[in-house]
Amino acid sequence: MSTRTDLPLALLSAVGLLAATTGTFLEVAPNRLLSGSALALWHVPPAMGGWVVLALWCWGLACSLLATKRGLSIACALLVGLPLLAGAGAHRLLADAAVHTTRIQLGAGFWIMWLAAALLLLDRLRGARRVVQLAIWTGVVVAFVVAGWSGAFADLALVREYAAQRDVFATALRIHLLLTLGTLGLALAIGLPLGWIAWRRRRAGNGILGVLSLVQTVPSIALFALLIGPLAWLAQHMPSLQALGFGGTGAAPAVIALCLYALLPVVRYTLAGLDGVPRDAVEAARGMGMTRWQVLARVQWPLAWPVLLAGLRIVSVQAIGMVAVAALIGAGGLGRFVFLGVGQGAIDMVLLGTLAIIALALLADLVFQAALMLTERRG
Amino acid sequence: MTIAGRGAWRIAWPCLALALLLIALPRMGPVFHAWMPELRAPVYTRTSFVALTAAHIGLVGMATLIAVVLGLGIGILATRPATRSLLPTVRAVAVIGQTFPPVAVLAIAVPLLGFGAAPTLLALCLYGVLPVLGQTVAGIENVSRPALDAADGMGYGRWRKLWEVELPLAAGPIMAGVRLSAIVSVGTATIGSAVGASTLGAPIIEGLVSNNTAYVVQGALLVAALAMSIDAVLAWIERYVRRGLV
Amino acid sequence: MIELDHVTRRYGETAVIDDLSLRIEGGELFVLVGPSGSGKSTLLRTINRLISIDDGAIRIDGRDVREVPVASLRRGIGYAIQSVGLFPHRTVAENIATVPRLLGWPAARIRARVDELIAMLQLDGENVLDRYPHALSGGQQQRVGVARALAAEPAIMLMDEPFGALDPLTRDALQSSIQAIHAQTGTTIVFVTHDMDEALRLGERIGLMESGRLLQVGTPLELLRDPACERVRAFVGGENPGLRELSVRRVRSVLRDGEASSAPAVDADATLQQALATMLEHGSDVLRVRDAKGTTLGVLHLTDLLARKP
Repeated sequence: MSTRTDLPLALLSAVGLLAATTGTFLEVAPNRLLSGSALALWHVPPAMGGWVVLALWCWGLACSLLATKRGLSIACALLVGLPLLAGAGAHRLLADAAVHTTRIQLGAGFWIMWLAAALLLLDRLRGARRVVQLAIWTGVVVAFVVAGWSGAFADLALVREYAAQRDVFATALRIHLLLTLGTLGLALAIGLPLGWIAWRRRRAGNGILGVLSLVQTVPSIALFALLIGPLAWLAQHMPSLQALGFGGTGAAPAVIALCLYALLPVVRYTLAGLDGVPRDAVEAARGMGMTRWQVLARVQWPLAWPVLLAGLRIVSVQAIGMVAVAALIGAGGLGRFVFLGVGQGAIDMVLLGTLAIIALALLADLVFQAALMLTERRG
Repeated sequence: MTIAGRGAWRIAWPCLALALLLIALPRMGPVFHAWMPELRAPVYTRTSFVALTAAHIGLVGMATLIAVVLGLGIGILATRPATRSLLPTVRAVAVIGQTFPPVAVLAIAVPLLGFGAAPTLLALCLYGVLPVLGQTVAGIENVSRPALDAADGMGYGRWRKLWEVELPLAAGPIMAGVRLSAIVSVGTATIGSAVGASTLGAPIIEGLVSNNTAYVVQGALLVAALAMSIDAVLAWIERYVRRGLV
Repeated sequence: MIELDHVTRRYGETAVIDDLSLRIEGGELFVLVGPSGSGKSTLLRTINRLISIDDGAIRIDGRDVREVPVASLRRGIGYAIQSVGLFPHRTVAENIATVPRLLGWPAARIRARVDELIAMLQLDGENVLDRYPHALSGGQQQRVGVARALAAEPAIMLMDEPFGALDPLTRDALQSSIQAIHAQTGTTIVFVTHDMDEALRLGERIGLMESGRLLQVGTPLELLRDPACERVRAFVGGENPGLRELSVRRVRSVLRDGEASSAPAVDADATLQQALATMLEHGSDVLRVRDAKGTTLGVLHLTDLLARKP
């Protein structure tokens, strides 16, 4: 392979081309529970669209042989174009369908191509100025919102599923967020002081970290399950707790178990943050007559905060994923869609829950990245 | 001696606990009956705990093996000079992929492969590759510049440098990635029984569905002990690999 | 005035400060010098109670430091250390304003004080106020550190090897700054160093420490001419005690009346060592002495350097 080859573009174009030619673009299912028959890209109306997609990937492959970095426009076109094509195809297919329960689902080929396009865009924008990056991503998102608003995707099974369960979905999303925030809040309330203690007293700190990392190895569902017994017993013997909605199943064991998981990173990052504060700055602060609390609040905390924020990024992404499992013990949230969907064999429902969880996790990741960037502006 | 002794004990106690549970739980019917008299069948008997544990270990072992081969391979490839331009894309996949919750990966695998062990294995592999990949890349990238310069200066070839300098120096982080991958797999495999895989998650899921808390407790205890055992063994290997490097 | 009265500090069995008494006058620039581990830094840190003492008493203007609340004691004493310890998350201006803020000064007064200090430490013109510490050079950082220590106009300033990590040129410039600031503000300065040349250059009086005790306290010339013991002689004199003595004496103290309009010129405030260097450079055994404005004050002959006048 010549060194002039643009490898990322070559690889992603090849993957895209492979998915376009061999993968399923859309699936036509008689109803939401039965599995459908596969439609390749060029069988999806309008046929022109399929050929354009194919041509774009080929063009990408050809461009990769040139030394200059190309492919930005290909990535943008495919990222926005693929869903539009799928939406348009679904509209035509549905119009021709005999049964009104027919569902048009997105196939593996679509998802792979879409992911390849997103990765390509990510790669092409690397090193670009932040303004340009922001502008292009905003453009993509706006294009999606506008298209979605005008009903371009309305005939896709995923959107139909959402439309049918809009209220349930909104509730599940709210519960998911509440559980995540509750977990983070509780983990911070306990973990910050614990981290401070671990920093002050190394031996106690090692003990705390040892116990927490042991907890970390226990699979989430096992921890949820193990908490059911004790919490049910507590609720039985303390009616006041039961009145608060506290019991063996539901939100209480979920938040407690998730908090136990979140404690390790919170404590560990608090410790690392405090360790990272320059000793001479603390010494100077004390020498200038700051009290212990002033040193903590004005010197140690502001300097440790960015490290903790990096930890919170991990914790929140992890918590969003684990809340999904909590649906198994009746805590609700988006995981309910996943498990109910798996149980019923309703793939659209599974995807709806899954995609929402992934989107939430990515969003949390982005928010924390932005926050990190803001705090590191001066560093 | 104390360090070696303590190390051995650290591995031994979770494994002992697991063995004890495997022997004792099937014989503890009366105990669970006394605790939850309302249950007609207080001990899970559909499949023996030993068989479930073996299946669980097999699934995790196979997934971890595949994850190591793939993760290590891609990681090494992405850090070679000729293919280095792929590194940002590989890294992006590893970072974004890890924001996908394991449950989601599992759920996505079902429509592709149907119910049973196959989607679970796929999910475990897909998800297990990411930590190994991430740690391999990070480990190789963090190999100190002077060590590489020294290797170049002594006339090491590219592959010899990889084999004798880069990989040994990155072994600690890579092993940490393997450990993380295996632990996540133990948890995901547990949930896998919700899509029909035969693992220690089966008693838990069935217990939750049929309101049989005894099943739930039995499954949870076994899974917890298994996870701790695997973690202890891998942690010991990681320590062994890191020894003499730091 | 700082009085140390039979001060002892032990770590376990060993006394790092051993029954030490010392009196530092108000407005003095006092240098504590000694090898590492001699207890000089520990002694300095007992004054602002960063380290507590086991026996004895420390009094500032007659008042025992333990009677003053520790925070307000420290806010009244400037403190500068070798590693500077600037707060990396605050700008230079915010760093300097630390103690005035703790003391609750009004914003306008703080701003005026910061500007004044920036000028005093020759940081003006470099536009450093809104920068963060990591963007400064080592010398600039230490200037900011000294400015921060001086911010609340403390009557006493403690400096713990503040210039130890700087290159010789930067250190020289900062030493001059400290002398100028001392002359200008009259702050009592207790300065710790292990560098005998720095001690001889800066100190009005020097306390030479070893193993937690003071071997000798005196002016630089006293230490050079009348060392109390062999240890002092070894520390102070080094390899060339004669040259060291020239380095602490000033031209002004030995010049005599006369005219030598064709001879090379030397500053009245230069050290005799610098004068000797000038003579060697020009091959001349006589120099014309002038003051800062260029007015001739007298002459200096080579023989004057050899005379042991004070």
